[in-house]
Amino acid sequence: MTHTALSLRFAAPDVRPGAAPDFSQFQVPVAGEMPRPAIDATPETLRDLAFGMIRVLDDTGQAVGPWADMPDLTDDMRREGLRHMLKLRAYDARMLLAQRQQKPSFYMQHLGEEAVSCAFQRALRPGDMNFPTYRQAGLLIASGYPVKTMMCQVYGNDGDPVRGRQLPVFYSSKEHGFFSISGNLGTQYIQAVGWAMGSAIAGDDKIAAAWIGDGSTAESDFHAAMVFASTYRAPVVLNIVNNQWAISTFQGLARGGAGSFAARGHGFGIPALRVDGNDYLAVLAVARWATERARANLGPTLIEHVTYRAAGHSTSDDPSAYRPSDEDACWPLGDPVLRLKQHLIARGAWSAERHIQAEAEVMAEIAAAQRKAEAIGTLHSGRRPSPAEMFDDVYAEMPPHLRRQRQQAGF
Amino acid sequence: MTMIEAIRDALDVALAQDPEVTVFGQDVGFFGGVFRCTAGLQKKHGETRCFDTPISELGIVGAAIGMASYGLKPVVEIQFADYMYPAYDQIVSEAARLRFRSAGEFTCPMVIRMPTGGGIFGAQTHSQSPEALFTHVAGLKTVVPSNPHDAKGLLLAAIADPDPVIFLEPKRIYNGPFDGHHNRPVTAWRSHPLGEVPEGPYTLPLGQAVIRREGAALTVLAYGTMVHVALAAVQEGGIDAEVIDLRTLLPLDLETITTSVRKTRRCVVLHEATLTSGFGAELAALVQAECFWHLEAPVERVTGWDTPYPHTNEWDYFPGPARVAAACHRVLEVK
Ligand SMILES: Cc1ncc(C[n+]2csc(CCOP(=O)(O)OP(=O)(O)O)c2C)c(N)n1
Ligand SMILES: [Mg+2]
Repeated sequence: MTHTALSLRFAAPDVRPGAAPDFSQFQVPVAGEMPRPAIDATPETLRDLAFGMIRVLDDTGQAVGPWADMPDLTDDMRREGLRHMLKLRAYDARMLLAQRQQKPSFYMQHLGEEAVSCAFQRALRPGDMNFPTYRQAGLLIASGYPVKTMMCQVYGNDGDPVRGRQLPVFYSSKEHGFFSISGNLGTQYIQAVGWAMGSAIAGDDKIAAAWIGDGSTAESDFHAAMVFASTYRAPVVLNIVNNQWAISTFQGLARGGAGSFAARGHGFGIPALRVDGNDYLAVLAVARWATERARANLGPTLIEHVTYRAAGHSTSDDPSAYRPSDEDACWPLGDPVLRLKQHLIARGAWSAERHIQAEAEVMAEIAAAQRKAEAIGTLHSGRRPSPAEMFDDVYAEMPPHLRRQRQQAGF
Repeated sequence: MTMIEAIRDALDVALAQDPEVTVFGQDVGFFGGVFRCTAGLQKKHGETRCFDTPISELGIVGAAIGMASYGLKPVVEIQFADYMYPAYDQIVSEAARLRFRSAGEFTCPMVIRMPTGGGIFGAQTHSQSPEALFTHVAGLKTVVPSNPHDAKGLLLAAIADPDPVIFLEPKRIYNGPFDGHHNRPVTAWRSHPLGEVPEGPYTLPLGQAVIRREGAALTVLAYGTMVHVALAAVQEGGIDAEVIDLRTLLPLDLETITTSVRKTRRCVVLHEATLTSGFGAELAALVQAECFWHLEAPVERVTGWDTPYPHTNEWDYFPGPARVAAACHRVLEVK
């Protein structure tokens, strides 16, 4: 009998700070190669879609392959998509700057990931519900939610619909299909499934979309959601945003030995797609496919959006401590804004001049919204929710002990 | 030394002197923790001793229990106490009861560290003080240091303890002795006597409170950040209070508490956590049972309000020096 001294595997990223970025292990499949199966195809026949990558935009900006086939998608709609991403980017830039001036306490950017939430939203209908993480503000922007109100939430001022109770960027809007963000990772993945189950039990036609980050798929809530979605064939789209990083840990730590995050769906018999998350058209095509399946009562779809978190995790984070500082510039899937811009120019529907003009317009729009938001107040100045409101909404009706405490607090 | 450095120092000492100690949690390995409490430890002690985990609190604590029952001594980090709930089942149903249900055959000596408390504009998911959720569970010990010196000695004692210990780190005092005056310039541990941390190993016994300030008119019971708030409040209010830093909530140093209250005959209890069913209720019950015939006034509690921790109005929630001083005066006025 032989005895082997056992040992563990400690997964680590290919490169660390100080070394040159290296994505040579990262496979970038040719655009247009993945088949687009019928929405009622069985999970077994879709196996490869969880390991390859659905890509529509090629290197020259042409939309190619079966997933590019969206005849109803006009130039106007494509330009609108670009505008949404520009708007989200401009919004991020302004709020980042405001945070440096301590106007909000904290901020989280989407830099590099704009296509995921902006494109996905276009596949939803009014009444559908997202259970987002803190990195899907594009869902609000693309649904026309007022940017000024978003800023008021970030500042926690008197214009904040959630009354200064939540951390900045933890928006909430029922009307815009944006469920109140928790902050406890993963908890809302299963809630999305439950919301979709509710819709189905009621015989409604609304669907839900669940959102989670690569790192957070390690939480048990993720697995609970997969079990329930699979067991009841709930009308839900289960999104995983794989932006390569979970604060300082690389995506391989949560993924373990699995080939992809999408492949997690297979054990549950849930159709799973892996998509180029920096390709606006690919995200839109995949979102349409998955939402159509859900609406046709064919059950859940798991989507892994492959993207890259180009900025720090939050304003409290400095990524140069754990990854090469120029890694984002080397990310093989490029910049979602530049790729859609290139596509529109290739179609003859856009130009470099119009792009510059659009950027300026969007920035002016954001700056105007910011002036209005700041006229109400910021975290430390102006009009802010009264402390008395702290005691509201703990319960539907304030119990006597809280009434007493509010009085003690002087209100 | 800051409290972060003191905690890191304790972990470093433990890793060096005891090959059974392992340290792990989210962002804990390569990066060294979001609060930097484990910075440099992986590099120094190796990846098998200090490593990153996937984002699963249940996984972290569950694995620690298994590892401890194998014979190692895991010291794990939950990134914020607000995120320990996924691990709560493992803590309550498993770690706390393993010794009891196996009549001592299986045990899990381990430490679960987590930053607690508010004061950093962290809102409801980065501000909670869940100590009562641990002290309510038979089989757990709960420690809350209030300064770097104690943090190191208590953490080393917790690591040496044969039972699971919950080690709560008030994050607002990681870098300095915050006294609740959020509008004043922050002070650093450098200029505080308890920021002086001895080199090498030393332990402070679990279950020993300390009198931070002697006084005759009333006793203030506090732990963590609230110790500093109490000291500022009584100082500024000209109150002749005895301030006791509990340091360990379970086991509790009842003797130091009762000796003081029998002397002063009045008592105010402080914590940042919500009032109802908080640890202050336990303290008030013990004080009235043990000191009933000595008390001149009802025991008062000054705590966070029974609401989730708000963001914008954080300082209206936090039980600062003004509220503490007002409570002390009320208790002193009872004839
Ligand atoms: C239950 C829980 N544990 C830990 C945290 C702290 N935390 C906040 S974000 C984060 C990383 C999440 O990474 P990922 O899921 O990949 O999402 P990303 O930030 O990349 O969008 C961690 C560990 C938390 N918010 N909730
Ligand atoms: Mg991530």
